[in-house]
Amino acid sequence: MEVYGSQFFWLLIVIGIIYFGIAKNMVPKISKTVDDRQKRISDDLEAAQTARDRADQIEEEYRTRINDAKSDAISTIAAAKAEAAKKNEASVKRADTSIAKKAEEADAALKSAQADALKEIESVAAEAARDIVATVSGTKVSAADAKKAVKAAF
Amino acid sequence: MHQFEVQPIIEGLGFNLFGQEINFTNSALWMFVVLITIYLFMRGGMKRELVPGRWQLMVEGVIGFVDNIIDTSIGPNGKKYTPWVFTLFMFILFANWWGMMPVGIAGIHPFTVTSQFTVTGLLAAISFSIVLIVGFWKHGFKFFSLFIPHGTPLPMIPLIFMVELLSFMVRPFSLALRLFVAMIAGHILVKVFANFVIQSIDAGGASLLVAGLSIVFIAFVSALELLVCAIQAYVFALLTSLYINDAENLH
Repeated sequence: MEVYGSQFFWLLIVIGIIYFGIAKNMVPKISKTVDDRQKRISDDLEAAQTARDRADQIEEEYRTRINDAKSDAISTIAAAKAEAAKKNEASVKRADTSIAKKAEEADAALKSAQADALKEIESVAAEAARDIVATVSGTKVSAADAKKAVKAAF
Repeated sequence: MHQFEVQPIIEGLGFNLFGQEINFTNSALWMFVVLITIYLFMRGGMKRELVPGRWQLMVEGVIGFVDNIIDTSIGPNGKKYTPWVFTLFMFILFANWWGMMPVGIAGIHPFTVTSQFTVTGLLAAISFSIVLIVGFWKHGFKFFSLFIPHGTPLPMIPLIFMVELLSFMVRPFSLALRLFVAMIAGHILVKVFANFVIQSIDAGGASLLVAGLSIVFIAFVSALELLVCAIQAYVFALLTSLYINDAENLH
């Protein structure tokens, strides 16, 4: 019996149903499920990676901020120290100058006092010398001569 | 060989189409059994859960397998051929396996759809037609350059062209014959040894040993056949996608 006809006929029908009904209709849906799952997994992984990167970044920021604060503090301390040292030095200098001035004044006062005293002594000595000369020799010596003589003697 | 005979199972249902008498045969019945099995199998994968169960994983695995064949042999352009390769793979695989199922125990007359050259021939012819249509559609007359490999010396071109053309024309026959022969040979082998068992038992005496050996052999051949069923389905799908690759990506 000839069976080619029926074989071809039914095979084409069955193959057609599988092709259009299953392979073209059901398979893409299942593939989509697989793809969606894959996408979700990779998305989740990506999100985790981003979160990790962010955490790293925050840590980095924190670190730099801490370092900045540290260096800031150090420089502030150094500046304060320098300032204090400068102030110290200035006040020492000021004290020094005022002391030196005072000493100078005292010196000057002393010197003038000495000069005054010397002048006094000179005049007193000249007076005394004139008196002595007058009493001893009976000659009157002028005040200017006496003074000259005393000065020479000194 | 009664098991390879195609006959109408419902008389009087036949009709005439293009001068051919169309009957609902045992072959057609088993084709529909294969179709329903594939449908039920695929239905199990349609739950579309985020975390797949075993069945869904199996269906997704088969689809991934076919996708992988297409991807490695054709590349990204091969997406549109996936339905056909999938159809081939599933139909051949389930038809082969149904032919190996011991439904005869339940009194049902088993039949292997793919042990018919008309069936495998038509499948191969469709595959070959796709190759020809795609080849000439995409590349036109340039498609003939498929038969001249790169670097062929000029005087050799006519000869090489003829050889390549011949091997190209033989492709559908080798495709169809490979599957048909593998199926029919496996079944005949089992049948021959089954005959040995019956004859040895009839003869009695020392030939019972032969019967025992034959049964062990049948068990092994059956296991081997189950493997061959899967391999033949794979080979058919793989070669089809390789041939389509020739047409899609002309070298």
